[in-house]
Amino acid sequence: MSRISEEQVRHVAHLARLAITDEEVETFTAQLDSIIQFAEQLNELDTTGVKPTSHVLDMKNVLREDKSEPGLPREEVLKNAPDHEDGQIRVPAIIE
Amino acid sequence: MSLFNHTLTELHDLLHKKEVSIPDLVDESYKRISEVEDKVKAFITLDEENARKQAEALQAKVGTDEAKGLLFGMPIGIKDNIVTKGLRTTSGSQILNNFDPIYDATVMNKLHEAQAITIGKLNMDEFAMGSSTENSSYQKTANPWDLSRVPGGSSGGSAAAVAAGEVPFSLGSDTGGSIRQPAAFCGVVGLKPTYGRVSRFGLIAFASSLDQIGPITRNVEDNARLLEAISGLDPMDATSANVPVDTYSGALTGDIKGLRIAVPKEYLGEGVSEDVRQSVLDALKVLEGLGATWEEVSLPHSKYGLATYYLLSSSEASSNLARFDGIRYGYRTENAENLIDLYKKTRAEGFGDEVKRRIMLGTFALSSGYYDAYYKKAQQVRTLIKKDFEDVFENYDVIIGPTTPTPAFKIGENIDDPLTMYANDILTIPVNLAGVPGISVPCGFSGGMPLGLQIIGKHFDEKTVYRTAYAYEQATNFHQQKPSL
Repeated sequence: MSRISEEQVRHVAHLARLAITDEEVETFTAQLDSIIQFAEQLNELDTTGVKPTSHVLDMKNVLREDKSEPGLPREEVLKNAPDHEDGQIRVPAIIE
Repeated sequence: MSLFNHTLTELHDLLHKKEVSIPDLVDESYKRISEVEDKVKAFITLDEENARKQAEALQAKVGTDEAKGLLFGMPIGIKDNIVTKGLRTTSGSQILNNFDPIYDATVMNKLHEAQAITIGKLNMDEFAMGSSTENSSYQKTANPWDLSRVPGGSSGGSAAAVAAGEVPFSLGSDTGGSIRQPAAFCGVVGLKPTYGRVSRFGLIAFASSLDQIGPITRNVEDNARLLEAISGLDPMDATSANVPVDTYSGALTGDIKGLRIAVPKEYLGEGVSEDVRQSVLDALKVLEGLGATWEEVSLPHSKYGLATYYLLSSSEASSNLARFDGIRYGYRTENAENLIDLYKKTRAEGFGDEVKRRIMLGTFALSSGYYDAYYKKAQQVRTLIKKDFEDVFENYDVIIGPTTPTPAFKIGENIDDPLTMYANDILTIPVNLAGVPGISVPCGFSGGMPLGLQIIGKHFDEKTVYRTAYAYEQATNFHQQKPSL
């Protein structure tokens, strides 16, 4: 049985904000299916009650003094922006 | 003889005795690059004009109080996912083709403070996703030992440049083996530090809970000294550890009497080539001869490392790479109809296939209805893998095995089969999942290609890793052999 359908691949591509061609849907479905099938070997293990590890070191809530620092200069920030005008980054219309 | 056959301390002495100048060192780099780079293709961007200018300025300081530290005036290459202010940084991706960073990574600040000289930025698999550097969107780097073979990856440029004598040292990054595997394939020394040892600030993130920056060098001593220079707590990286930085070079005594070595049976089993297995057994004999003892142990969850890693690293990547949206920096598509369309086309045109595949896998594993079955499950197995290491380290000082199951493969051999390509990292991945340090040192040859011995230590015990690696290196001559390019 396949683990992931073409429809799911299209949905995932949309969530990930990736434009995807029909040909890519086909390739990715097959490849993701075999990777997910491979990953399902983890089901051999009983992990009831095992705490998930998100981070290996025993540290949490690393805080610093709440002190304001100068931000990056505007010209510097805009240097890498693909499109900008009057000191602001320009994007296509968001509201119709 | 190349100047870069000298160790860092030897070069330092030559500089201060004025037998060699800093411009000589920088010249050695660019001369070698002009000789071999058309074959090796290790660099994406060179910084020659700046480097030569800096060399002249630093040379004027020789003999003054300002000439401080071992790295003073030393040329170094930097993996292209470490941001360098004013020097193009691509992470191997077209989406960052014109990216001109406005700040320096913390490791770069430390190298500037040490007055090292950046020669250029080194090729890598796109966003460090790969084991052969074939996923770079710029060029394929060749292995200096055999140009038809891969240098390994993702820090393939960093390892190949050191092996080819283009730079004496480089920095790489390691998420699942990306320093150790190319170091093994290219016959050089590469260390992945303990998670949190080196600041990740300014390292373009792939999988934040696994990524570490580390040194690639021609010998163990240089490696230890470079790690000393780049390590330490950093307020800019909340996951950097508040643990004092050891004098790693102080551990290079050659004395390993009484060292207790664990050899996981899973690391010499199925899929590991006979030559690789034999090279590790021979290395264990050398270590025994130096007074160490070894026993076979088990890391029972090793076989689940690969699946765990691909779920976790891809999930983290899908989140980290969401920042590449064509708005604030990087590539932007030219024909977007609206904002969502702009995101989608920018990313589709800017990312390569492997990156898209992993973003999709990660998005799937994190998506509603699948999170518990895939992402959380993998996090739980990670706990079991980490515990395997903790159990073994209760009774042993280091764990030793091969770095890779085979020597370097041919360019193109595995590119169409993601799972076979991923299997390359089967012996390095568990180390990242557990967060412990691991080094690869040259330990022999198979069909003319170098092999690597992997030495793994406890959290923040890089000292014992280096002590073992150095004793082994001094008792063998594999690290002295160079490719004939």
